[in-house]
Amino acid sequence: MFFGIEWDTSSQWAFAVSIFPILLHGLVVTLQATVVGFFIALILGLVLAALKSAPTRFIRWPAKLVTEFIRDTPLLIQLFFLFYVLPEFGLTLPAFLTGALALGVQYSAYTSEVYRAGLEAVAKGQREAARALNLASARTFTHIILPQAIPRIIPALGNYLVSIMKDVPVLSVVTVLEMLGVAKIIGDRTGGYLIPLSMVGGLYLVMTIIASFGVRYLDTHLPKRGLSLK
Amino acid sequence: MVPVRPGPFVSDCGVFPMEWTSYLAPLSQGAWVTVQLTVYSTILGALCAFVFGLGKLSHNPLVKGISVAYIEIFRGTSLLVQLFWIYFALPIMGQAIGLDLRFPPVVAGVVALALNIGAYGAEVVRGAVQAVPKEQYEAATALNFTGRKRLWRITLPQAIPEMMPTFGNLAVQNLKDTALVSLISLGDMAFRAEQIRNFTQDSVTVYTLVLFMYFGMALVLTACMKLLERYVGRWRAAGR
Repeated sequence: MFFGIEWDTSSQWAFAVSIFPILLHGLVVTLQATVVGFFIALILGLVLAALKSAPTRFIRWPAKLVTEFIRDTPLLIQLFFLFYVLPEFGLTLPAFLTGALALGVQYSAYTSEVYRAGLEAVAKGQREAARALNLASARTFTHIILPQAIPRIIPALGNYLVSIMKDVPVLSVVTVLEMLGVAKIIGDRTGGYLIPLSMVGGLYLVMTIIASFGVRYLDTHLPKRGLSLK
Repeated sequence: MVPVRPGPFVSDCGVFPMEWTSYLAPLSQGAWVTVQLTVYSTILGALCAFVFGLGKLSHNPLVKGISVAYIEIFRGTSLLVQLFWIYFALPIMGQAIGLDLRFPPVVAGVVALALNIGAYGAEVVRGAVQAVPKEQYEAATALNFTGRKRLWRITLPQAIPEMMPTFGNLAVQNLKDTALVSLISLGDMAFRAEQIRNFTQDSVTVYTLVLFMYFGMALVLTACMKLLERYVGRWRAAGR
């Protein structure tokens, strides 16, 4: 029994059918962690990207070093670090939030690169033309650069959203009951790992296939020449 | 009376900066396991990448189908799911069909890491091979090269340097992913760190140390991949 739902071990089919709703409970947690982690990554990535393009190298270089450090160290260790170290500084977050934060921190290194690459991909002539037309630099950024950068940035961010979803199972080590953690517990209690773990694999496959269609749709349907922000 | 120290890492006077040196021996033991895992699974993964990447380009529908299925399955599911599946579920399936598919954690870990990174690599191989200009195939055919010779002498020497930057990223990705094998009780660096933390509760020092050790290993790995990149691309510099 798990989440108040009994399982039926009379036959393999009955077992698979009876644990499906339990796995769906886990799936909801997986999706929640994905979304929260993604939002943290979006915001932290923006901060890192801004710091990396700061006018002084005393900000730029440390920001680059931090990004490199985050990118080159495993999510699992970062998660343990946050989970065990934050409470020592008096910040006790629930396991779910710690996990989402770890995902966000890890992927902020990637999203910051996406932002940077997206902004740099806008043709240089656009900037020059805006300057020639005497647009203020803030206006150039919001009305010229951003509308052209966003269609490039969004599909790349979508790919990282999928990656985050695939990294959520790591959160099970800090007692977050996401889908894989739930399947593992079912396996531990019944001794039948094959069915729950295979179902998790199948559900992941379905989710990533749907998500990759979404990303491809965005990639082909976003106007490459620029998105009107009005 | 001499105070009895309760364990190898526990000091009776709390946490002192001196103490972190005593973590280094077990951690470097774990680091060696991590290095071995990374090397073996990266090499095996590169092999998978070439086999299935070229397989996806094959005209034989069976070879193509298997390659596409492999790539989709291993890119579409989580590494941890694959690792648990190979370690926990495969033996049960083996039992059902009368085979002994119980692998020791090392084998399960290396296989899972290699298959996972290999699927990502296969897409890179496919892309790089497809990026070789079509005239090159045509010229090789016109010069009466056999199919195998065309692949080894014309296509791959041009495609491999294109793959290297992404392969470098994937190798670092693989190094980071090795941390997950600690969850099937393999004694790598992450596993030792967890052990030390359980002994000492000194999480700040242990995890800071381990984060820096992984960072150092990633820097070394990146440098190695850069050297390899220069090595496989040396014909380009010579030609110009």
